[in-house]
Parts: sequence; structure tokens; C-alpha cells
Amino acid sequence: MEHKLPTLPYELGELEPYISKKTLEFHYGKHHQAYITNLNNLIKETSFEDASLEDIVKHSEGGIFNNGAQVYNHTFYFEAFKPNGSAEPNGKLKAAIEASFGSFANFKSEFSKAGATLFGSGWVWLVVDTAGKLAIMKTKNAGNPLRDGFKPILTMDVWEHAYYLDTQNARPKYIENFWNIINWELVEKRFEE
Amino acid sequence: MAFELPKLAYAYDALDPHIDARTMEIHHSKHHAGYTNNLNAAIAGTDLEGKSIEDILANVSKHSVAVRNNGGGFYNHDLFWKVMSPNGGGKPSGDLLTAIEKDFGSFDAFKEEFSKAAATRFGSGWAWLVKQADGKLVVTSTANQDNPLMDVADVKGTPILGLDVWEHAYYLKFQNRRPDYISVFWEVINWEEVVKRFQD
Repeated sequence: MEHKLPTLPYELGELEPYISKKTLEFHYGKHHQAYITNLNNLIKETSFEDASLEDIVKHSEGGIFNNGAQVYNHTFYFEAFKPNGSAEPNGKLKAAIEASFGSFANFKSEFSKAGATLFGSGWVWLVVDTAGKLAIMKTKNAGNPLRDGFKPILTMDVWEHAYYLDTQNARPKYIENFWNIINWELVEKRFEE
Repeated sequence: MAFELPKLAYAYDALDPHIDARTMEIHHSKHHAGYTNNLNAAIAGTDLEGKSIEDILANVSKHSVAVRNNGGGFYNHDLFWKVMSPNGGGKPSGDLLTAIEKDFGSFDAFKEEFSKAAATRFGSGWAWLVKQADGKLVVTSTANQDNPLMDVADVKGTPILGLDVWEHAYYLKFQNRRPDYISVFWEVINWEEVVKRFQD
């Protein structure tokens, strides 16, 4: 099947001042699109040609994995943004975060630290493990927690292309901004599914 | 003695229009300075204090991840600044050109192989021209701040030319167009320095 660039539930300028329109024009319009184009080219006449994106992420290697997982990761990342996002989750997710991390503030601090200390390119994840407990994971380059049996519910891109036009070497500033635009309702839905 | 951020032999705007002044300034004064400070912090109070960077990298598997990442970052950027010059470009001369032609077929074939290594390095890293122990030249690439001097490297040897393909090296000017950045690099290569490293 042909993979397509997903439509985003907001305009590219609407995440300002936290993520600039210019950053999203490149990140979504160029990087995300390039991973999709590459993936479609690479899977032609392979056993992954008709596979779901999730199966590609779980079972492929090399270029198909790098591009397929980057398609998955970017869609997962972009979909969970919202202009004027709510500050904190509610309900079951809030309770689960408090059970696993002590408090939302502690979770936020641990997740931010994971983002700041990931060396090179990669992703930080909030995942649900097989016992239903929440954990923070770091993956390098295109890495994705589905490979290890975890269910991702939130991710943050820390490739430099995610923030370099806006905050350059100051990755912590990008991470601080990230917390203002999260669509927690969507993250709650992912958690409860 | 602590490691010090090396000064550049040229001004931040000297590589314009190939590499812009703002990129050079942030790359040197923030990124390279960060690696230098973090390296000093990582070796403070250990028996690595006072050792040369080459010694540290040669046994990097025995040291902390912070030493590997920041020691690599310190060394790699120093090499990178030195192998560029406002009067760079063209081709090397003498023995190095002969060696390149012998090991790659032609200068153009080498250029193509090196550019491909830089373009296809997925994520952050470096492309290298390496002189191996037997004198043979090879092209390789490494992830993040690793380099061919490290005992953990797949391809070991002396790096004589290096190209930074972390996005911070080109994103302000070229954004997603890494191949355009790679092509301007050939206009600023300081071949005299590369020849010197080849002959050492």
C-alpha cells in the first residue's frame, strides 16, 4: 500500500511561539515527506509492499526500517500537538503517571532529562509496558518502542532538525516549549485503548 | 592540564558563502565549547587528566560514555576546523593525490565515495578519509562523535579528512538539503593540511 503524508489537525503556524511555522514547514513538509517517499520507493516489490506501517516498524531492517519507523514516529509526534494544549493529563492517565513517577512534575522532569541527555539523534517516549506500567524510553535515530513490545503513547523528537531553526544548540529550551502544546486528550486516548 | 577550545585560523565569516558565519559561530563557540567543557568535567580527578586526546581515544572502550562522546566531539571538531580554509578547494597534490588515485581509481571516484558516505550516514555522525596502518586510504563514516582513532571503531586508522554531518553543521543554511552542504565542503577543503596529516 502507498503510504501518505498525514493531514495535521492544526495549521503549521498555530504552534507558535513554541514551534515555528518555518520549522514545521521543513520538518513536516520536507523531512516527514522524504521519509514517506523513500519508504514507498524501498518497499516496492518486497514483502513489505502491502504490510501495515506497524508491521514494517516491528519487523523490517536497514533502509526500510529507518524510513518506515521515521514515518511512524513523525506521525505519532505531530498528531499529539495542539495549539494551546492542556497543561496536564486527566483521569486514568494522570493516576498512572502519579503511580509510576510520583507526580506529574517528576514525570515531566524525568522525560525532559531523557530528552536533554540523549546523545545524537533520537526520540524520547512515554510507553506502557506489558504489565500496564508507564516508563520513559530513549531510542536512537529511528528507534521505536514497538520493537521491544512496549506501547508508545507520547514521543518527543530530539533530532536537531526538530528545533535547530528555533533554538539552535539550546535543546533544553525546545524541550521546555514542548510541554505547552501537547494534546493530552489524545495521549489519554492512546493510553486507554 | 585541561583541554582548551582551539582558536580558529580564520574568522567566522571567512568560509562564506559556502558555510555561513552564524553556523560557524554557534558550531565553534557553543557546540565545540560544550564538548571541550564536558570532556574536562568527565576526566577531572581521573587518571586521564594530562593524557593526550589521541591516547584517550585509542582506549576509549575502557572509559565512560561521557569521555567517548565528548572526547570524540573535542577531537573531531578540531580536525574539522583545520581541514577547512577560505583559500581551500581544488585537489590535493603530490603523494596524496597519487595515493588517492591508487586506492580509489581517481580523485573523482574518491570524491563520489566520500560524498556518498556523508549523505547516507543515518542520524548524526561524520564521514572520514582514513589512512590505515598499512598506508592504504579508505572512506568510512561513524555515528555521533565516534572516529577512526577509537578502539571501538569498525574501520581504524588516522583520520586525515573529516566532514561533520550532524544537522547542527548545516541546518541554519541548508535545512534538510544535506547533499548541498556536502557539495560546498569541496570548495573549502584545506588540502595542504590534509597532505600534512597524510605524511605524518
